[in-house]
Amino acid sequence: MASDTGWMRDREGMGIWEHRGKVAIVGWGQSHMDRRWDGVTMDRSCGGLAKEACLKAIADAGLSLDDIDGLITSAETRAEQTWAPRPYFDPPYDTEDGLIKASAEWVQHEVGFKNVKYFKSDSPYIGPMMGQAAQAVGDGLCETALVWYPMVNLDGRYGHNNPQNSNQEAPGNSAFTLPWGYQAGAMFNNLVIFQQYCKKYGKSHDGLAPLCLNLRRNGLMTPWGYYAMHEPHQITTEEYLNGRLIEEPLVVFDCDRPVNTCAAFVFTTAERAKDLRQKPVYVLNHAQNNGSGRSTMATLEEHQQAVASLARKMWEGSGLGPNDVDIFNPYDGYLTFTQQFLEGFQWHGVKLGEAHDFYADDIRVEGPHPFLSSGGNNGTGRTRSALFSDSLQQLRGTAGARQVTVRAETALAGCNTPDSCGFIMLSKDPS
Amino acid sequence: MSTIPGLVRPAPAANDLTKPFWDACNERRLVLQICTDCEMLQYPPAPRCNKCGSADKLDWREVQGKGHIDVYLVIRDSRIKGFQGAQPINFAVITLDEDPGINFLSNLPGTPPGEVPVGAPVELIFEETSTGQMVHEWQVIT
Repeated sequence: MASDTGWMRDREGMGIWEHRGKVAIVGWGQSHMDRRWDGVTMDRSCGGLAKEACLKAIADAGLSLDDIDGLITSAETRAEQTWAPRPYFDPPYDTEDGLIKASAEWVQHEVGFKNVKYFKSDSPYIGPMMGQAAQAVGDGLCETALVWYPMVNLDGRYGHNNPQNSNQEAPGNSAFTLPWGYQAGAMFNNLVIFQQYCKKYGKSHDGLAPLCLNLRRNGLMTPWGYYAMHEPHQITTEEYLNGRLIEEPLVVFDCDRPVNTCAAFVFTTAERAKDLRQKPVYVLNHAQNNGSGRSTMATLEEHQQAVASLARKMWEGSGLGPNDVDIFNPYDGYLTFTQQFLEGFQWHGVKLGEAHDFYADDIRVEGPHPFLSSGGNNGTGRTRSALFSDSLQQLRGTAGARQVTVRAETALAGCNTPDSCGFIMLSKDPS
Repeated sequence: MSTIPGLVRPAPAANDLTKPFWDACNERRLVLQICTDCEMLQYPPAPRCNKCGSADKLDWREVQGKGHIDVYLVIRDSRIKGFQGAQPINFAVITLDEDPGINFLSNLPGTPPGEVPVGAPVELIFEETSTGQMVHEWQVIT
């Protein structure tokens, strides 16, 4: 049953997922995307975009508002900038709800759902949330769940006016990291691990350039994506290698770009999915990692072990193996950790230490190894949802210019980092 | 104050769990938690042994303060105000010789940014922060 973390499939030995093939994704909606909210246009606020995405997803599924009986979202919208004292607006934008998050209750009220019996506003970020939604439908907590994930980017330089970064004191656990310049989030530890990776396997930062270029290329084939809409420019190797240094060797192009947007998905039972507008895409399993390292910094070995365990959980619950995954969309929020997923899941036979060579081969969507056909977050802006929406589109055959030419019957997608993430296995076939 | 020009480190604020650690730093000693059942060191401090989960077998043990540089990066565009005046500045991971599974962070005072000898031995030093609280740091042995 779904409760707190009890719903998670975060342990090995749990066997085939009890709802394998009995839950399907039947709808997807993507809102408009801007770099930042302008602070004025309410339709483009977090709440406004959430409403837009939700209504699009319901329409995509061919459902009505009355068909929705589960509302699931996350407050982890990465709204880094503080804004206090915040200038609130007229209702419904008179609290944080609607501005930096859009709770289930807020969306229910603003969209006008009448038959909701399951509310969840504190799901983790989208990776685990997709699994939680599948589990909730499978467990019967609701029959048709609407799931949305806003990403919020407000005015000001990202993260620079977060109060934690101007504190003169470092409380709690931060006392062991902040005095040396460690910033909270995925950047530092995963860059440390990337350096360990390069040291161990004789690689270097420029090995990420082909991946970055291809993600941008895929992103430019994503009409609603940030770069396709706002900066339609194909990055070059020279630009990448000369990118502005953030934490050397990490350059700005290794970082997914914060954007203001929302995506929504509709999950329902396989039975209910039979007669809907879209051909169902079935869920075969979901799996999560909730690990942490032994000491201050998690290590390469710890992250490699974490992904190996995640892969075993995914194979065990889905009944599939590395050779069965057609579409693979792991997180690329920092390009420095994406290789852990590629090597840990051994997609297309890639082994430990081989990712950079794989990137340098043909990873275009037209080619034999269409890695991250979504364009990821590096190519479309930090939606995190593009990993899932592309997987859905590829299996539906509606990915347009990004449609792969290889078989597209199964897809594996997830985020965030190797030690803390949620992945979901999708299939055109429920069995 | 730090010997690195322009650096204003956020000062550690001790709590019940970490006070013995920070008090030891003020005495220029590095002490780590150890589980007396597992004989395993752990850092940063935690309420329970990371291995066996025991809360009442944790003690403090002074370590020698010898380590090696594992990897590093160079902070160029920090969000942390106290570091913005010191950029570029090294950010290294130090493994403890007594237990390489334990690692520490270091800005490597005395080592020019980007000129970090990976694999080199380092020794423990201490630097004062704005509140007077000392923090443990590491310096390349020359």
